[in-house]
Amino acid sequence: MIIDEYKKPKTIEEAYSILTTKENSQIIGGGAYMRLSKKHIGTAVDLSNLKLDFITETENYIEIGATTTLRELEINDITNKYFNGIISKSIKNIVGVQLRNIATVGGSIAGKFGFSDLIAALSVLDSKVILYKTGAVNLLDFINKKHNDVIEKIIITKNNLNADFQSIRNTKTDYAILNVAVSKHNNNFYKIAVGARPGIAICADKAESFLKTVDFSKENAEKAGLIASEEIKFTSNFRASAEYRQELCKTLVSRAILNINC
Amino acid sequence: MKINLKINNQDKIIDIRPDEMLLEVLRKNGCLSVKHGCDTGSCGACTVLLDGKPILSCSYFAAKADGHSVTTVEGVQNKVEKISKYLVDEGSVQCGFCVPGLVLTTMGMEKELNNPTEDEINHYLSGNLCRCTGYVSHTRAIKKYLEDKK
Amino acid sequence: MKQVNKSIPKIDGMGLAKGKPAFTDDLTDSNAIIVKVLRSPHAFARIKNINVDKAVKYPGVECVFTHKDVPRNVFTRAGQGYPEPSPKDKFILDEYVRYVGDEVAVVAATTDEIADQAMKLIEVEYEVFEAVLDFEKAENNKSVIHPEKESYTMFPMGFDASKNIACTYDMHIGDVDEVLKNSEVVLDKTYYTQAQAHVAIETHSSTAYIDHYERLNIITSTQTPVHLRRIIGEALGMPINKIRVVKPRVGGAFGGKQQIHGELFCALVTLKTGRPSKCIYSRKEVFESSFSRHAMRLNIKIGADKTGRLKAIDLRVLSDTGAYGEHALTVFMIAGSKTLPLYNKVEAVRFGGIVVYTNHTPGGAYRGYGAIQGNFALESAMDELADKLNIDPIQLREMNMIKEGETSEIFKIMGEGGEGTAQIIESCKLDYCLKRGSEMIKWNSKYLHKKINADKVRGIGMAIAMQGSGIPNMDMGAASLKLNDDGFFNLLIGATDLGTGSDTILAQIAAETLNVPVEDIVVYASDSDLTPFDCGAYASSTTFVSGNGVRKTAEKMKNLIISEGAKHLQINVEDTIFDGKTIKSKDGEKSISLKEISKGWLYHYGQGQEQLIASDSYVGKKSPPPYMAGFVEVEVDTKTGHFDILDYTAVVDCGTTINPKLALGQMEGGLLQGIGMAVYEDVKYNKYGQMLTNNLMNYKIPTREDVPNINVEFADSYEPSGPYGAKSVGEIGIDTPPAAISNAIFNAVGVRINDLPITPEKILMAMKKKEQKK
Ligand SMILES: Cc1cc2nc3c(=O)[nH]c(=O)nc-3n(C[C@H](O)[C@H](O)[C@H](O)COP(=O)(O)OP(=O)(O)OC[C@H]3O[C@@H](n4cnc5c(N)ncnc54)[C@H](O)[C@@H]3O)c2cc1C
Ligand code: FES
Ligand code: FES
Repeated sequence: MIIDEYKKPKTIEEAYSILTTKENSQIIGGGAYMRLSKKHIGTAVDLSNLKLDFITETENYIEIGATTTLRELEINDITNKYFNGIISKSIKNIVGVQLRNIATVGGSIAGKFGFSDLIAALSVLDSKVILYKTGAVNLLDFINKKHNDVIEKIIITKNNLNADFQSIRNTKTDYAILNVAVSKHNNNFYKIAVGARPGIAICADKAESFLKTVDFSKENAEKAGLIASEEIKFTSNFRASAEYRQELCKTLVSRAILNINC
Repeated sequence: MKINLKINNQDKIIDIRPDEMLLEVLRKNGCLSVKHGCDTGSCGACTVLLDGKPILSCSYFAAKADGHSVTTVEGVQNKVEKISKYLVDEGSVQCGFCVPGLVLTTMGMEKELNNPTEDEINHYLSGNLCRCTGYVSHTRAIKKYLEDKK
Repeated sequence: MKQVNKSIPKIDGMGLAKGKPAFTDDLTDSNAIIVKVLRSPHAFARIKNINVDKAVKYPGVECVFTHKDVPRNVFTRAGQGYPEPSPKDKFILDEYVRYVGDEVAVVAATTDEIADQAMKLIEVEYEVFEAVLDFEKAENNKSVIHPEKESYTMFPMGFDASKNIACTYDMHIGDVDEVLKNSEVVLDKTYYTQAQAHVAIETHSSTAYIDHYERLNIITSTQTPVHLRRIIGEALGMPINKIRVVKPRVGGAFGGKQQIHGELFCALVTLKTGRPSKCIYSRKEVFESSFSRHAMRLNIKIGADKTGRLKAIDLRVLSDTGAYGEHALTVFMIAGSKTLPLYNKVEAVRFGGIVVYTNHTPGGAYRGYGAIQGNFALESAMDELADKLNIDPIQLREMNMIKEGETSEIFKIMGEGGEGTAQIIESCKLDYCLKRGSEMIKWNSKYLHKKINADKVRGIGMAIAMQGSGIPNMDMGAASLKLNDDGFFNLLIGATDLGTGSDTILAQIAAETLNVPVEDIVVYASDSDLTPFDCGAYASSTTFVSGNGVRKTAEKMKNLIISEGAKHLQINVEDTIFDGKTIKSKDGEKSISLKEISKGWLYHYGQGQEQLIASDSYVGKKSPPPYMAGFVEVEVDTKTGHFDILDYTAVVDCGTTINPKLALGQMEGGLLQGIGMAVYEDVKYNKYGQMLTNNLMNYKIPTREDVPNINVEFADSYEPSGPYGAKSVGEIGIDTPPAAISNAIFNAVGVRINDLPITPEKILMAMKKKEQKK
């Protein structure tokens, strides 16, 4: 990779203005993924001086600054207190402590990686991406649209939902072959996200609707897994075949539902 | 561009390319214990402590480290010797290429975790790959080290 | 004061832990020119045109080489003994490129960035051919990978480039077809083993400079310095007295650094420019453009009677050597020669097959070296037979395996590419290994499986293995010892410590023989100018071959000290003893300390002054196999196919362990590498022959969280031909995991995965298929 100029702006306005005015400019969060790219970057905009590394709790929300590292997120008391620790559970197998000390929340969201474990987990929480110019955007909308903007923070509604994360990996620290996050709001209101298909996490709407209509039981959890595995598209790559991913989806979704209810 | 870097407690002003990674800069500045093992942030051989926390210097832009403090094995020889005695006694320094990184991550772990279990040790150190030892001798050595330190 | 069978700390351990500059890239001149290689994007093509004008003119570029600028001498990079048992089929650079990653041009520039930029400026026009990417279709394929006239072999090995055949081999003892026909049970199975990457954490690194004698010096991460010198001389057509090769610390090798890699390119650049140069491979280059384990298809037939007595074994192998034939013949032969003697009571045995060229990354030496492939087939088949006959797998092995005092005719027939060496097995504690291992893992209470909950089942499996200890009547290890003032010694050895700890154990052997503390043995290795000949670290030779060389040398030194000491004390040699500290007459009347006499010998004995130096060498007359039994317990998730390895237990007979802790490290590391091959690792290509697993994000080696429980014990054993009873321990650890794990999975869930690696996907899909059949 070639970078002509490396800037560390002091304010988010400045970061945004470089991003939108300079040719071939690109944001650097942790830089761990950027560094793998073969791009020629005109101006690199490093956000580390913006004081966006924070995790705070307000009355209704958990707020996570964009340059918070995955390691901070993993061990933070606030994130661990809610949602059965799903956030921590989802990221704790990413490579190693040293990488998680570099990789940021902003980069993990903005990267929109198909394999992303964090996106899968956040997809079943009530999460919003706060962009500097655009303002608040639902996570799903953020993923589906292109934004030439700076992620400032992520906010997650502090509802009392239960959640679980499941994944299957080759070695323990490898990318997931499939990852699944499930949350349960009240009674029968579930959210189910399936990622690393290898495409990015998407929701299993039909399985969610099915669960709304039935009471919890092991059979219904399995049925929901089956429905999810049939409605979601999987593809094959060198890590696994589509058929295997489909099988895993069945099991992991039903397991997550069971875990939440037990 | 120029950056201020405290390397092993010495303040330095270093001229770097904007796209240079910390690993290259450290090696050029005499920290040859920092090893290049992969190009993808996957092996841990390049581990250094940045403000006391273990990071991968191959995946960290040198420009990002501006104003920060970096510790390599060269800067903490006594401490390294203390930990490594256990590793050497267990025969777990084979080719040794992974060891400086492993020792630094272990130092990071000591700071963060109190009385880690074997699983916690293995989890904390999982980013340090070793192809020679099969790891179990590392675990034995580090457990003993932590035990004796008490 | 015993120095062997003692866990002294590895002599370089602390220095390496403290990060002392010790590896090739730590030792390069800071002004070294950067050498990079432009590599082929095509699996098979001919370079029609190559234009380097723009690259040559680019500021900072020192020189560029293409096939037009380099000597056209055909050679092999294998790094084996001489005459070489691999086809000579490689040029420094060639107009043909035979795999994605093959060398097209060499660029030397003042910085990495300039070299990268210059490579982009080289214009290459290729004529692209249809590549051979399926090794089962390589033979007689219309694409001929080695059309050149020059390629040849130094002795007949069935080489037929026109058919894409690198070599063939066939042997048999007795009439296999007849015995099979008359066997009560016959098992006929096919297994596949994949290519595996070595993944030494230090990438292949080399550097070169011209010294003040105007000789070419190469410092390189290699297992075989003297072979390397010979090959560089041959490839460049230069006398080898102009070449010096130094091996610094090596950051892991496992066979991957037996072959030469960037050394030739550094040599070219330094010879041309007169300036120091270095070539440090990227991880991608190591994956794509060095070597990997030969992938194989193994067909095995076993005939037995109903009680489980083996009657005949027939093993046919097809091996993929990739684009070049490094180790093609020898790895393939070892699939038979280091497995089939395990069951030496058969009436007939046959082994044979062919090794084919494909447009894959070349195969090369890799720990296990064919034995791991053969072992997977043989030891899986043994379990299949046990299942068929309803016999406990351990019992089936006990009935049929080789025992101390026995032999196998195979030893005599099959050697390293040619005839072998007959030997009687003087140490074999396989029976103990099986007994102890099954106790340790609690075989009797765990066999076959145990249901843990609705989704989890545990299963247990095992396998036995053998390896060798060096190549008899061929590979030599030599050493010399020099006595210094104050009574300490320099031990100079050509043996190459790759992290294995051989410098330490060889010092221990010398210390034991001389009865001195290990601290008094200062080791230097390995430097083609300064250290005596040693074939290098491969074929599990160092402890046995180099170790015997050191033992003989130390004995010579001891005798020298006694005879020269007797002269000084003016007593008879027969009446003189040396106890490590003093030289004295048997009656104790006359004595002098080694400390004192060594000073006198060097400084002030006048006409009695002399340098004591001893040297000796050793060539094995046999290759005593180490043996082992491996046991594994797995826990399979029946809904995902995913499984955990709960425990891997191994009991090993490697003779005396010169340094038990270091031997243990060899075993634990070998086992995990074998587990890696069995479960996690797979070199994969796409349909264009591009490697998909060319980095450590996509090629996964085990982490410390994957197999936290490895338990190794050593059998009490003594090999009379080994130094202080030792056999080899470097390779054998890798051999059992593929079969043992496959057997454990079968015992747990009733499906057998016959193609490695054994992935969760394969297990689950096989379980589904089995269910559907029901
Ligand atoms: C070897 C390796 C293995 C990995 N394995 C996994 C895994 O198993 N599971 C998993 O979920 N993840 C994995 N990751 C990804 C990792 O978790 C991070 O998501 C990734 O490194 C990106 O984070 P970063 O801070 O390094 O982002 P960067 O590399 O800095 O940036 C990534 C992208 O995001 C943009 N960006 C960064 N910050 C912002 C911002 N604030 N606003 C707008 N745009 C921004 C950048 O411009 C860039 O396009 C892996 C990464 C590596 C290097
Ligand atoms: S060099 Fe491998 S992680 Fe940095
Ligand atoms: S000791 Fe060689 S890689 Fe760890």
